[in-house]
Amino acid sequence: MTSHPQNDGAPPPLDRRPPPPVLLLRHPTQFSVLDRPLPDTFRFLKPWKSPLPLGDFLSSADARAAEAILTSGMTPVTAEMLRRLPGVRLVVTTSAGLEHIDVAECRRRGIAVANAGDAYSEDVADLAVGLLIDVLRKVSASDRYGRRGSWSGEGEFALGSKLGGKRVGIVGLGRTGLKVAKRLEAFGCAVSYNSRKAKPYVSYPFHSNVCELATNCDALVICCGLNEETHHMITREVLLALGKEGVVVNIGRGSIIDEKEMVQLLVQGELGGAGLDVFENEPNVPEELLALDNVVLSPHRAVFTPESLSDLCDLVIRNLEAFFSNKPLLSPVLDE
Amino acid sequence: MDSIGVLMACPMNAYLEQELEKRFRLFRFWQVPQKPQFLKEHAASIRAVVGSSVAGADAELIEALPRLEIVSSFSVGLDKIDLGKCREKGIRVTNTPDVLTEDVADLAIGLCLAVLRRICASDKYVRSGKWKKGDFRLTTKFTGKTVGIIGLGRIGTAIAKRAEAFNCPISYNSRTEKPDCKYKYYPSVVELASNCHILIVACPLTPETRHIINREVIDALGPKGVLINIGRGPHVDEPELVSALVEGRLGGAGLDVYEHEPEVPEELFGLENVVLLPHVGSGTVETRNAMADLVLGNLEAHFTNKPLLTPVV
Repeated sequence: MTSHPQNDGAPPPLDRRPPPPVLLLRHPTQFSVLDRPLPDTFRFLKPWKSPLPLGDFLSSADARAAEAILTSGMTPVTAEMLRRLPGVRLVVTTSAGLEHIDVAECRRRGIAVANAGDAYSEDVADLAVGLLIDVLRKVSASDRYGRRGSWSGEGEFALGSKLGGKRVGIVGLGRTGLKVAKRLEAFGCAVSYNSRKAKPYVSYPFHSNVCELATNCDALVICCGLNEETHHMITREVLLALGKEGVVVNIGRGSIIDEKEMVQLLVQGELGGAGLDVFENEPNVPEELLALDNVVLSPHRAVFTPESLSDLCDLVIRNLEAFFSNKPLLSPVLDE
Repeated sequence: MDSIGVLMACPMNAYLEQELEKRFRLFRFWQVPQKPQFLKEHAASIRAVVGSSVAGADAELIEALPRLEIVSSFSVGLDKIDLGKCREKGIRVTNTPDVLTEDVADLAIGLCLAVLRRICASDKYVRSGKWKKGDFRLTTKFTGKTVGIIGLGRIGTAIAKRAEAFNCPISYNSRTEKPDCKYKYYPSVVELASNCHILIVACPLTPETRHIINREVIDALGPKGVLINIGRGPHVDEPELVSALVEGRLGGAGLDVYEHEPEVPEELFGLENVVLLPHVGSGTVETRNAMADLVLGNLEAHFTNKPLLTPVV
């Protein structure tokens, strides 16, 4: 790596140096699904192409030259890995979630972290709203009913419940949560929220704990990330507080909800309904849910539109280019 | 008032039926074995008809009820009532506007999301166990898509307001351009269809708007376009719609209404880019109760010589 006098020892800009080596833990599906090639402005190190197991690969001279890591939500970036790759100064993940990255270790080592930023938040928010409408208005259930030819028979299909006037509690008022809130307001819902801290520039009522939020709401939309505090945060108690007509929508991570308890409450009629894009043990979905008409099940596809994936691919490339041009990251994960 | 005869045209709501039974002498037209015989016997005591989107009061029925004073519809749509005949005979007509506006608009957006994001199809995918074998396909983003609305009345406006929250640019067609309207107007439905991704039918059904969605409009909407119908089945040339969907010339459809309800074209059953609802636009407990109360309120007002709550004629 040649240094350039005006950069004070900082690495030279992208166009004046060989392509920076980036450790690619797994080929990002977002690129392959869209048939987009990875940019050749970077030299991607691909451990799966080496005969060495990952552990040994990380000890190789090739790997140790890595200046950045590009990962997805599936492959962990551990403290151990970071210890073995002292040249790494940036971790980019294609996911919004960070639970697979030892962010604390990154901070300790001065390693920058970038995630999916806003690339997915509109699609995820749209799906959250779509699931809520579906549960309340029985869209999927009525569609099934119609296709059986049942409508030609006697009954009036069971009536749904009006969206307008419903009190909806957003759990986690981040990028996605805020977009869910904005959309729900247009339907006449009364929005309130729980988050780690109250947000100063937001007018929605804040509840300091999720049980209190549930007590004051008709529906909860889970929009937060998964971490130690949020694991099984939605307990049986929280769901009971939502009431017999209560609805829970989850577009965060399956383990934020105590799934076993939720299933039991749904089966027993103690919870009104659920719209779920995520589950504790994907792609396994609790059998009991498959028989219920008041749940809507989505196979973790909240971000899978060509629009979001394309935005994400652009973002990954731009983050890498920015970092190696000494410009600010577009979607840095900042301390809160 | 329990001597006043009220003819209920078809089943529509249990609460409404109960209340009508309590307050009036209720006749259930659908339970009558011989309609001509029934009318001969009871026509003289029938002073009101309660109709819905399914059955109302056509010219024939109106002629058969010489003492008919009021038709109160459990719907906002008036296409099942011969309004001309009612005007001619001085018969009052009421409907249920406003109380159902939000529910219908909510469902229109729910259908947009269900079709574009394949919510119903992916629910089916999970229930059938297919997720264990592989991921579901990509779906289409809703935020930011251009939405074209036919009919910018109460319901059309409510749909626009909701779609705006998803940053959808809104355009519309209606009989006349609305002054001071921030949405883009297109003078023809074909032009509107050519310039939007999602076309939503939200106008009343009249002789002019019958088959307003025809082959030309469907072609203009195209293989990526989506049609949402929360109006009336006859707004759409249904055989044209079905063949366009089956042949892939139209991207998708979310339908709450059909030309010959309760029949739904079977050819659509196997398509995952179609959502088929059994006319539930206003189908919530809250709204149906509010609609029933309006029907009852209008009848009460009429028979106690007070101003009608929601008169049309």
